[in-house]
Amino acid sequence: MHELAVTESILSISEKYAKENGALKVTSINLVIGRLSSIVDESVQFYWDIISKESLCYQAILNFERRSAVLHCNVCDHEYEIDTSLQPCPACGSPNIKVISGEEFFVDSIEIEKADE
Amino acid sequence: MNSIRVPVVEKILSANDQLAHQNRSFLKSKGVFSINIMASPGAGKTSFILQTIQGLKNRMNVGVIEGDTAAVTIDADKISEVGIPAVQINTGGDCHLDAVMVAGGMQQLPLENLDLMIIENVGNLVCPAAFDLGTDINILIASVPEGDDKPYKYPAIYRGLDVLILNKMDLLPYIKFRPDYFKQGVEMLNPGLTTFPVSCTTGEGIQEWLDWIENRVKNSGK
Repeated sequence: MHELAVTESILSISEKYAKENGALKVTSINLVIGRLSSIVDESVQFYWDIISKESLCYQAILNFERRSAVLHCNVCDHEYEIDTSLQPCPACGSPNIKVISGEEFFVDSIEIEKADE
Repeated sequence: MNSIRVPVVEKILSANDQLAHQNRSFLKSKGVFSINIMASPGAGKTSFILQTIQGLKNRMNVGVIEGDTAAVTIDADKISEVGIPAVQINTGGDCHLDAVMVAGGMQQLPLENLDLMIIENVGNLVCPAAFDLGTDINILIASVPEGDDKPYKYPAIYRGLDVLILNKMDLLPYIKFRPDYFKQGVEMLNPGLTTFPVSCTTGEGIQEWLDWIENRVKNSGK
């Protein structure tokens, strides 16, 4: 369970960009998390509610965009998604595969409120 | 009031990655080769490190950082008994070491005199995978009794490895462990991964590992 460290990191990245852009308040944070990254959304949300108090991000909504894990078979070029456990190519059975996506783990954007110019 | 969307696209834990990068540069400037040893609890991390130290101590200077979740110095004591500088990092219940903790631990080792620094991470197959420590190589010790399905269940940790040690090979006759199935999982995640099947009890495979790591340390541009 490293969700606390993850949540702290999300907060510090969001605060940095919020300040750089003169935000009065951060209203939402858009995260992209691949299926192969082991993070429990509920735990992040739980920590978030506690640690974001007294920051520009207080009460900001965390949006989790989950990217599926997509594998590419190097033998028959078949592309397939895995949901739970890693599997060899369902088309030809080869374990010779490449991970195309599913390892994403980043803050994509934040939505902020600014004073009118 | 004006609502706008600010693009960020910054990796979560990027602060850790930056510090890991500093650790890497610092160790390089000191001429120290470093390895991060990860495993689940009970896979044999400490036994493997002791075997490694015993095998290398007449050939090079080794130091160890021990990561533990609680303030028990059992592992660090075992290392110190062999006459090797060892630092214990108590993570205070945290499930992994991070680059900050390692930066602090390193300062307590006589780096000027070391050729090799071994970090024993906290026993866990999930969290350590997310935190780069800044070592030259990352090693996982898997062991036969844990089962042959581990690469399928913990893919992230296998993705970032440079070396895999498969420990407790002496137990293979007694346990349902399909080496081919295990190997297939590893191959999917990390094709061609350098693997050493060993037993810290019988000593099987240890010499091959020692020769490999000695060679890596000596060729690391020191």
